[in-house]
Order: sequence, then structure tokens, then C-alpha cells
Amino acid sequence: MEQENMRRSRCDSTASVPQFCNSPTVIVMVGLPARGKTYISKKLTRYLNWIGVPTKVFNVGQYRREAVKTYKNFEFFKPDNEEAMRIRKACASAALSDVAAYFAKEYGQVAVFDATNTTRERRAIINTFAKERGYKVFFVESICDDPDIIAENIKQVKFGSPDYIDRDIEEAMQDFVQRIECYKASYMPIDDEIDRKLSYIKIFDVGSRYLVNQVQDHIQSRIVYYLMNIHVTPRSIYLSRHGESELNLLGRIGGDSGLSPRGHKYAGALASFIRGQKIKDLKVWTSHMKRTIQTAETLGVQYEQWKALNEIDAGVCEELTYEEIQENFPEEFAMRDQDKYRYRYPKGESYEDLVHRLEPVIMELERQENVLVICHQAVMRCLLAYFLDKAGDELPYLRCPLHTVLKLTPVAYGCKVESFFLNIEAVNTHREKPKNVNVNRNPEEALLTVPDHI
Amino acid sequence: MLDNEDILLESHPRELTQNPLKKIWMPHRNGHIAHRRVCMTNCPTLIVTVGLPARGKTYISKKLTRYLNWIGVPTKEFNVGDYRRECLKIYKSFEFFRPDNEEGVKIRRQCAMSALNDVRQYLSVEGGQVAVFDATNTTRERRGTIMKFAEQNGFKVFFVESVCEDPEVIAQNIVQVKLGNPDYIHCSSDEAIEDFMKRIKCYESSYKPLDEDLDSDVSYIKIMDVGRRYLVNRVVDHIQSRIVYYLMNIHITPRSIYLCRHGESDLNIKGRIGGDSGLSARGKEYARHLRNFIEEQKIKDLKVWTSQMKRTIQTAECLGVPYEQWKSLNEIDAGVCEEMMYEEIQEHFPLEFALRDQDKYRYRYPKGESYEDLVQRLEPVIMELERQENVLVICHQAVMRCLLAYFLDKTSHELPYLKCPLHTVLKLTPVAYGCQVESVYLGVDAVNTHRDRPENVNVQRSTEDALQTVPAHL
Repeated sequence: MEQENMRRSRCDSTASVPQFCNSPTVIVMVGLPARGKTYISKKLTRYLNWIGVPTKVFNVGQYRREAVKTYKNFEFFKPDNEEAMRIRKACASAALSDVAAYFAKEYGQVAVFDATNTTRERRAIINTFAKERGYKVFFVESICDDPDIIAENIKQVKFGSPDYIDRDIEEAMQDFVQRIECYKASYMPIDDEIDRKLSYIKIFDVGSRYLVNQVQDHIQSRIVYYLMNIHVTPRSIYLSRHGESELNLLGRIGGDSGLSPRGHKYAGALASFIRGQKIKDLKVWTSHMKRTIQTAETLGVQYEQWKALNEIDAGVCEELTYEEIQENFPEEFAMRDQDKYRYRYPKGESYEDLVHRLEPVIMELERQENVLVICHQAVMRCLLAYFLDKAGDELPYLRCPLHTVLKLTPVAYGCKVESFFLNIEAVNTHREKPKNVNVNRNPEEALLTVPDHI
Repeated sequence: MLDNEDILLESHPRELTQNPLKKIWMPHRNGHIAHRRVCMTNCPTLIVTVGLPARGKTYISKKLTRYLNWIGVPTKEFNVGDYRRECLKIYKSFEFFRPDNEEGVKIRRQCAMSALNDVRQYLSVEGGQVAVFDATNTTRERRGTIMKFAEQNGFKVFFVESVCEDPEVIAQNIVQVKLGNPDYIHCSSDEAIEDFMKRIKCYESSYKPLDEDLDSDVSYIKIMDVGRRYLVNRVVDHIQSRIVYYLMNIHITPRSIYLCRHGESDLNIKGRIGGDSGLSARGKEYARHLRNFIEEQKIKDLKVWTSQMKRTIQTAECLGVPYEQWKSLNEIDAGVCEEMMYEEIQEHFPLEFALRDQDKYRYRYPKGESYEDLVQRLEPVIMELERQENVLVICHQAVMRCLLAYFLDKTSHELPYLKCPLHTVLKLTPVAYGCQVESVYLGVDAVNTHRDRPENVNVQRSTEDALQTVPAHL
């Protein structure tokens, strides 16, 4: 702990927001099987990593699958199965051990301990473990008795689980229902009185109601806010860039130009595509920049302008070609290639800044249902990275070509992506990381990966 | 099929023009776009407080109203107690509130109706988006009446119930806000407290809190024990989600927020705006005086925040304590006018200069920002300030104006002209329903950077007229 304090003695964070994490936090899931614990764990972890809080899931079920290799049937989970109990306890301990290692050695800040944790005893063990090491604990309990939701859950994620991969569906369903019964007898939900000192959120019926107790700090407050905004209603998110712009044609970055003739064609093609998708209650969002608005105008429907969706600000490099950047700012150009995620243009922004700027957009996307977001290359990369769980080193190199719509549909624990190229030619604006990122490299090496333009 | 498709697709997209003030691209003919950041509400929202007297309902109402207005959602509170005071003129005693006082009950119901009428006027006619109906609303009957009213008028309803049984908290409440209340202005403190406790008793027997089962279809947040615990039910839209988030982040632990600008910078001396210059000699001296001031204040667990610009960081460095850098605290981006003097802006962009004077809050510099943009950018800072306790924020003129406007409930007209001189610390301490401000000038000279609105804001004005209020500089 001492060392932690010394490390942060003045200010050594280069992020655009204070990180507000002093002690690490263990988020502990609580609930019967098929209540969405793993769904929440994975989603929350994805969100926290995206906003820059190093987070990892520790799924005890996985440890159990490692230990036991072959799953026979629900009998393993019977409370009187001593052998199994021993194994399960050992798995939980192993997972906690790994949590400690994650915090101590891997600079983790949040660990999500994903297991049923349905007994007071188990929760007390975790609490003690955390207190001894100076970790904060936050419980997330999911309570649901709606049989339809539970059945849907089982269908979506359990049948594909390694435990049931060789079973027929009827069998699997039967077995899983028995498994849930094994837990029910000993299930003690978090209690309003007895557990009044604990920090927790109870989620009832997939979010129609929440009980929040003793939020201790910033990160817990953000977690609560996030959990209260997500939903499981099926829907799709469409991401697209503006149509090809005049500056795109010239190989210039940034600026606020209008669409090229092909860009206008794309707008028309986009309108047809959207009509063809027959989407219910589609919301359309654009940035404040002319090219996205022009693209939206052709759709003939209402759209919302978000300044937060504006393209990354390239500062002194606005409207330059890569060749001009290399000529005028060769060092900057090299540094950008060295760490494209954290690199901030002079008087401009970094991808890291962009993510911070886009967080309210993501939050609102979580609240909404069907949405079409017409944005820009760097912005789209950030949004895509959130949905597809891409880390900071991959994010700035994600492929988001012009005239291509990505349709994202949440499914199971992740996101299905369908890519639609709308058949209107456009320049390529994707610049790969060149081999030589050294500040001493020659212009040829620097410009190796620049795409063609006029 | 796309919903909302109420115009035929034209063969060419509509032409766009850029609104000269806000630099927003809009179609020529007034099309159906919403260029607010996000459409907060479709129908207006009626927030209804619920709770016994002295549970913080008015405190929450006023604070929430202030926050919503600051982020750009037109909000107004309607305190039924005020209506009762209008009607009754003189408050005699708690007997007025006895449930068997027929005359009293009648008057109180009339007041509630009158307030609801004004709510309707505000939301349906005057363009308000949120109304906060501040009263006890402790019976199911009263709440039922309100819900019916809302349904008839197409308003969404969101209840905010405050439940608290801690006698110390209640006593503190009474001392803070009831003793100074018009009802008790002629009483001694002891008399007032005694009467008020009896007043609370009058409500207790008929109080029916929001019920988990009976009210399962109602949207509400129940705040228990001043924020230790919350029950949130059926949040239906964005504005309710924001309100819940806000209410869950505020607290009433006594603390102070210190706001100041960086020390005088080299560009300040030259009369140039923006940029990222370092401190002048006087600026450095200010930083030293600031350190002394902070030490003398003996503040418990002070957090220090700066922007990511050199001048605020240099100022903080002098304090010798840990500090956090926020990019969101960076000064307003003046775009093409960065590092210019006002004289140069007038010379090169006279039209822009005039537009800015016409509507300084909404005006966006070309390739830059507006005060309105700044507020949006600062919202997470405000949210974190609400969570924190003692904080010193070292920032910039426009940023400080925005933060100050939030704490002092200043409108968008006043905000861009709030006086935030260099080398002066503002100490803000929440008290009763508002904020006490102490201004401390740390005794180091600095240029004046405050430019008042000139009389002539017409685009045709002469250069003299335009530059009339520019402060002196090198």
C-alpha cells in the first residue's frame, strides 16, 4: 500500500481523466444459476476495460471444468456430495488466489468474481480475503423468478456450454433445472438487515428494480450507473462512416468538408439499405460535422446530432496529408506509430481522449434499442472496440472502411457482426502500422503504409 | 419500414448551411432535426417528492432543479408550502396541519391544485421540460390524484421518496432550514423545534410510503437514510436515468470547494486568449501564496485538481501535494482565435466577434467551442465534485465561470460574464439550500482578463464600439 501511495505522489497519470482507483475492487456476483451473472460479469468487464480500468473476470465454473475435465450430471452439485464440495471449494480458493496475483503483479484494478456465491458462508470468506489484503468489495446480486427469462437464458448460453456440448437439448434442460434446484435450498440472498454494512446492488427481474446499498466510491458509482442502464431486449446497432468526402479523396485528414459525388451515392445506397432492413423505431445519430449530416439527410428521417461523435481532433495536423505530416512533423508522426492509442496530436486529441468523450454515447447506446450511428473512422473504431472487446493496441487499427455498414447484434455473451459493403467505390483511408516506427526512420519507411489518394 | 418518415425522399438531399452562431449544420428549410446533444425528453416529466417533513425533500428539489437547468434541461420547482404561505399569510401553529382540521385540509388541497395548475402551465405552455412538485405527498390518495393529472396531460411521473428515521439527521435538518423559515421567523428556536416536531406527528399516522408491491408499476427512487441505500424502480428513459445517477452521487457531509484560476500567465499579460503558456513571475508568486493559503486553511483530506494545461499544473506543483489532471478542465477552445488578442479578433473576424457578444453562451468559435459545449464537457467534473468532499480546483476563466454558475444557480445569460479574476480563490460552502461564497484575493497583482458585454453588439458596429470593454494589457 505504501508503495502505491508513493508511486502516485504527484501526478503520473497521462490519461485524460483521473483514474480514481486507489485500492483494487473485487466485484462479487451472487445468484442462482441462469440469472445472468456471467452475462453481467463479461459485459461489465468489457465496459470497465474500455474506459481504461484494467478488469478481469474470474469464472469459478471454468476452474471447476479444469479440475474435473468431464461433467457427468447435476449430481456433482448436490449439497451432500462431499467430494464435489471439496473440489468446488478448492476451485473458489484457486480463483481468489489468482485474483490476488492479478492485483499484485498484473496491475489489475477490478476483479469480477463470477460464481453463485449463494451462501453467507461463502460470501464471508470472500469478504475476509478481501479485507485482509485491503481490497474493496462490491456485491452484484441478480434475482429473478420469471420462468420464461430463465428458460431463455438456459437456451442462449447453457446449451453451448462445454458441460452440455454432447447432450441433446431436452436432456440438457432437464439436467440444468436439477442443477438449479441443488442451489436453491441453501440460497441466502443478501439481507437488508444483516448485510447493511456491505456495499451491493441487487438487480431484480432483469432490471425493473434495483436496491443499492452503501456505494463507497467513484468506481462503484460508475458500475451501478452502468448496470442500471443495460438491458437485454433484442436489438441491433448499425455503425457506419459518413459517405466519402472531398478531403478523403485528397488523402487529407480531419477538416469539415462535404461529400464527394460517390459519397452522395453512398448516402442514397444507405437509405435503401436501411429501408430494406425494416427496422422498428430506428434512431439515427450523426456528429456535428457536415459529412455525417449530409449522409443522414438522405435517409429522410429524424436524426440527432452529437458533438461527442465528431472525428478525432488532429490539432496542428488538421487537413494535412500524411506526406505533409511526415514532412512537417516527422517526430510526431513516428511517435504516433509507436503508440497510436495514447498519442495526442499537438493541440489535438488521442484515441484515449476519444474514448473518454464517447462514454456518454456508449451509455446512451446501452439504453436505446435500434440505432444507426453515422460517424467517422477513429470514432467508429472506438465504438467498435467497445462492442467487440478490443484492447488499446488493436483499437486504432480496426478496419472501418468507407461505404460499409456494420450491423452489431448482441448474442449470448458477445456480439454478432455482419458487414455490408454497399457497392459504391471509395478511397481506402486505412493506414497500417509501418514496420519502422523509429524517430530516425527515413520518409520512405514512414510513408510505406499510406493509402493511395489524388 | 422506418417510422417517422413524414417527408418524401427528394432526389437530392437538402442543402446544408452552417448556423453562424453555434456552427451547427442545418438544412435550409427548417427541417426536423434535433441538434441538442440528445433528446432528453419526448413528453415532459413531473418529478414528485414524497416524505415526512424535514426529510430533505426541498433540499433535493432545489438541488436537482439547479443541476437540470445547468445541463440545459428547463426545470422548475413548485413548492406547495410556498403556495400555502401565500394563501394563509400568517402561520399560527402545528394545529393547522392536524388531520382533523377540516379548514386546513381544504386549504392545503386547494394549494396543491393551484400548484399543479402552474405545473401544467409550465410544462404544456411555457416549454418547460421538467417540473418538480415539492410537497409531502404522503398519502396514496394524493399520489393517485397527481398520477391522474399527469396522465391527462401527457406527463411522465417519477417519484423521489426520502425516508429517514435518524433523529440526529432530522434535528440537524430542522436547525438548518426550518428555524429561518417564514413560518418560524417570530419564534424562539425552542418553540420552533417543538412546534415542528408536532407538525411532523400530524403526518405520521396517515403516511403510506411507496410500496414495493402496490407501486410496482410506478417509476420511483426511494432514498433511505440520506443516501446509504436506494431502491430504484422502473426507470423508463434517459432523463430519469440521469436523475437517479445524480441523486445517488450527492451527499450532505459538510465540506468546502475551492475554485481558482491558474496564476497569471505570459499570454495573460499580452492580452492573448487561450494557448498553453507558462506562468509569469507574478503567477509564480501567486502559486506560493496559494500554498500558504491552503496550509492556513488546514483542510482535511484536500483533493487538488488541475487541467492538462501547463499554467494550472505549474500552479499546483507549487503546492507540494498530489494532484489529479483532468483534460475536461482545459480552457474553452477558441479555435481559429487561439492566442489572439481581442484587437486581432476584431480585425480578422469582426462578424464572429459581434456574434459572440450577441449570445456569448451559445456562440461557438470556428473550429472551437462554446460555453454551452463547455458545460457538457464539465458535467462529469461536477458529478465527481458532488461525490467528493474537500476539493481545490485550479482551472481557467471560462471553466471557472461554468462551475461557479452550477454552484450559484446562475442562468446562461449571466454565466459568461461572471467575474473570476486571477489570483482570487472562491471558497464555496454548502449551507441550507444554497452555497456560501467567500472570496479571498491573495494579494498578488495581476492583469484583468474580464471583458464586459459592450453596448453595441451589432455586426455593423465600429471597431471602437467593439473594443470598448477590452481590458488593458501590454
